[in-house]
Amino acid sequence: MDFLTLIQLLDSTVRLATPLLLACLAGLFSERAGIFDIGLEGKMLAAAFFSAAVASVTGSVWLGLLAGIAASLALSALHGVASITFRGNQLISGVAVNFLAAGLTVLIAQSWFQQGGRTPSLIGGGRFTPITLPFADAVADVPFLGPIYAELISGHSILVYIAFAAVPLTWFILFRTRFGLRLRAVGENPAAVDTAGVSVVALRYAAVGICGVLCGIAGAYLSTALQAGFVKDMSAGRGYIALAALIFAKWRPWYALYATLLFGLFGALETRPDVITALTGMRVQGQLLGALPYIMTVIILAGFVGRATPPRAGGEPYVKER
Amino acid sequence: MDVMPKWAEVILVPLISLILAAIISALVILAIGEDPVAAVKLMVSGALGSTYGWGYTLYYATNFMFTGLAVAVAFHARLFNIGGEGQAALGGLGVALACLYVPWPHWSLALLGAIVMAGLFGAIWAAVPAYLQAKRGSHIVITTIMFNFIAASLLNYILVNVLRPRGSMDPATARFPEGVHLPSLHEVLAPIGIGFSKAAPANISLLVAVLACVLVWVLIWRTRLGYELRAYGHSESAAKYAGISPFKITMITMIISGALAGLMAINNVMGEAERLVLNAVEGAGFIGIAVALMGRSHPFGVFLAAILFGFLYQGGAELALWTKIPRELIVVIQALVILFTGALDNMVRMPLERMFLAMRRARAPKPVEPAE
Repeated sequence: MDFLTLIQLLDSTVRLATPLLLACLAGLFSERAGIFDIGLEGKMLAAAFFSAAVASVTGSVWLGLLAGIAASLALSALHGVASITFRGNQLISGVAVNFLAAGLTVLIAQSWFQQGGRTPSLIGGGRFTPITLPFADAVADVPFLGPIYAELISGHSILVYIAFAAVPLTWFILFRTRFGLRLRAVGENPAAVDTAGVSVVALRYAAVGICGVLCGIAGAYLSTALQAGFVKDMSAGRGYIALAALIFAKWRPWYALYATLLFGLFGALETRPDVITALTGMRVQGQLLGALPYIMTVIILAGFVGRATPPRAGGEPYVKER
Repeated sequence: MDVMPKWAEVILVPLISLILAAIISALVILAIGEDPVAAVKLMVSGALGSTYGWGYTLYYATNFMFTGLAVAVAFHARLFNIGGEGQAALGGLGVALACLYVPWPHWSLALLGAIVMAGLFGAIWAAVPAYLQAKRGSHIVITTIMFNFIAASLLNYILVNVLRPRGSMDPATARFPEGVHLPSLHEVLAPIGIGFSKAAPANISLLVAVLACVLVWVLIWRTRLGYELRAYGHSESAAKYAGISPFKITMITMIISGALAGLMAINNVMGEAERLVLNAVEGAGFIGIAVALMGRSHPFGVFLAAILFGFLYQGGAELALWTKIPRELIVVIQALVILFTGALDNMVRMPLERMFLAMRRARAPKPVEPAE
């Protein structure tokens, strides 16, 4: 494998890891506050549809992004009402969110655009276009470092940079601010937070809201940057992979980056079987490669590669008087 | 702590949830510019207006009975089995192997063989997540989701590379031999003088599904194992204290659950398609969640809910055929049912409980006011 192929491979790794990273950080906020969320998939899907739909109608991708975030926030609110206010089962609520998004997006797309459950292809201002970082063209010919900067680091859409910037930001919010401390506490021991006079309900809604915003960006990235338009079920299990990455990352921001990059690499390799053949000298089945993230998750979950301890109060509704 | 009478708990709460789901579904239909009343009429006539419609409704209902029971059994032990999709897919593989490689002398023996293989394969696919939860503490919800994806990849590989007949481009097995053809409801009902549509895929598996409902009822409420299972679901620590092994209960419950999900394959793979194709399950594993929630995890409730969802499925297909409403409407309705009967259960329950409390207080004799 030559250097350029490697750069191309890493480039598509970054592209494919971005929605996973955003969704993974979304799940991180929610689960650190004690709200399990298997609805990441649904929120991403809803956001992908609404951002593509609004971007295609208005011609502005930024309005599309806002619409995507709004759609994702609406589903977050639903999940919050079900699992915080009415103390319902968070897993069941997440399943409902996923189905709601899967059905509604096609239903609305069909009645809106009549194109078999997809949106028109986005063109021009309806898409996030690659950003060329300063001096990228100038240094492109510099050996080794030039291509890394020009091909790998430069030339992504702004959402990619937002996603990568969200990692240190998440770390800072969670581990260096009072809000973050309380948010983590509410996922470990809500009673203690309550005793301290801080509202458990408000904190959990805030966490679920942040989760909604991040999922919204992830979804918008899928339909307006990675692809040009929405197609049915386009999130394609990424929400579940993000959840898997979250467990892999042991609910930590920097590990989330590494985990999603790893899963992104699997995705990139899946489209380049020739690279694997060249590297290992074997023909690896595409289906095996596709299943690898899931198999790895199961192995990690089983604790064969270090123990991942979820937030202690995760999945349990908080009842004030007991 | 029984605030509500039993009939309210069993009938009123699910009914109100269902009505709420129906109202919102109607609003959704209105919002996409269609007429909900006309839609319901079309669904009813399409799903229940002919023996052809009934044949499809009952065919789908058979699938949902199996997957619904699978989720319900797990619910009783407070295990959330989202893996019905993968377990049913693997069940299909078991059925295909049984039908393709054994020369069955009669369909009834083939059915028995297929039941064993479908149940076995489904059970194995559920046993791994169960073992990982019981021994290694990995969350069963996440592992069963992962096993759905792994099952899809595995089946894709097997159908493309192993079981695909030579010269065929289709990722599917060969047709099953004539000898394993299951009698359809038309063939079952014709001798007793009932004319049932020949074209509909409903078949003898329906009776197996009904039998499974009865057996699950016996298991849950009439056996020692069922008692242990429910005890474990109510309180794990109390069950442990009473000498019930969490490992044993988790394993057995999930094995039964997986076997039930796997059994679905005798209906769709053996009874209908008569060969194994990619994605034969078509989401029935997930619908099982809605069916179990709506049926309150009771086999009889599951039976009724499965028929309702069979109706929705067939009615939805008719809608997609005759109107501009896509099939995905069913997914929305399914989501609303899961939402209201599962996640927003307390939203319906809390006001009802308050109402019953108030009624009870009003009926109770007023305490005598002490004299001055």
